[in-house]
Amino acid sequence: MTRRSRATRSDVPVGDRDHTQGPATAPATLMEYGDFECPYCGEAYSIVKDIQRRLGSRLRFVFRHFPLATIHPHAEYAAEAAEAAGAQGKFWEMHDVLYENQEALDVVYLVRYATALDLDTSRFIDDLDRHTHAARVREDFLSGARGGVNGTPTFFINGVRHDGSYDFDTLLGALEGAIGRQNGVD
Amino acid sequence: MSTQNTSFGFAHPTEALAPDTPAPDFRLPSTPDQFVALSEFRGRPVILAFYPADWSPVCGDEMALFNELLPEFHRFRAELLGISVDGVWCHLAFAKDRKLRFPLLADFEPKGAVAHTYGAYRPHEGICERALFVIDSAGTIRWSYVSPIGVNPGADGILAALESLSTQEASK
Repeated sequence: MTRRSRATRSDVPVGDRDHTQGPATAPATLMEYGDFECPYCGEAYSIVKDIQRRLGSRLRFVFRHFPLATIHPHAEYAAEAAEAAGAQGKFWEMHDVLYENQEALDVVYLVRYATALDLDTSRFIDDLDRHTHAARVREDFLSGARGGVNGTPTFFINGVRHDGSYDFDTLLGALEGAIGRQNGVD
Repeated sequence: MSTQNTSFGFAHPTEALAPDTPAPDFRLPSTPDQFVALSEFRGRPVILAFYPADWSPVCGDEMALFNELLPEFHRFRAELLGISVDGVWCHLAFAKDRKLRFPLLADFEPKGAVAHTYGAYRPHEGICERALFVIDSAGTIRWSYVSPIGVNPGADGILAALESLSTQEASK
């Protein structure tokens, strides 16, 4: 019988292709595999914001796409929209807008958000129409599936899957533990 | 591996069948008037995903995830079959609600008989384990995994098993 080792590690390390916030040298990296239409990810969004405020430069945050498109019909397009905004240097701005407007992810709204973010909307629409960023989204999805992502949101702390709850205290505690280990004070 | 006598009157494994075991054949209904037999898929890999129950939250997530990964499974020419003790009508409603694009088989009568033969039945609760099997094109189990009942096992184990299977078959 094959059993999974206790600590599931992310399959693909954080690299240049990733969207990150915070310094690369931060002692803790929190990576989320998320879906813009997933209500639990919506809850996690504000928790992560609070944690970022608390930990400041001790934290790097990475977001990868894991759209469960069959149960969340807008998730794939929303992920591509975030990438289309990213191609114009505004990934995180779109990421935030999408999570703050999870009930309004129809394409009409996506374009409205692009306009509000001052993006080149014709390029944005063209990217969505041609699914320019679909391959990238799929890449994220598969890296997650191979790395043990089993639903959304799934978090990894310094490459190891966080199997506990993602409420503020638990997640913060796990991150502070990781920071302590990095600093050699376990 | 230990065995025990069951209400079926013959010995069944109490642990999930291990790699290198021939996969027991079965024939189960997938709809009120259609049956699926494991032997139909000889010549291509099969993923058997036993799960406790339609509609329960973790199963839903697990099946939704597998559904999303179907193109990836198909890349390995693998067929995915979901199996629980729920009846065909329940399966139909669940599959429709979750837009599942793979068959759900009803191990309904005699209840759990197929799960029993795979060592993937929980007699006290009367449900299947959350157990995964990857079967090669010759009908031999090549990988199996039983997840804690409340934990979605994810798909990394399946994908790794399919990958090593395709590497081995390519080098034959």
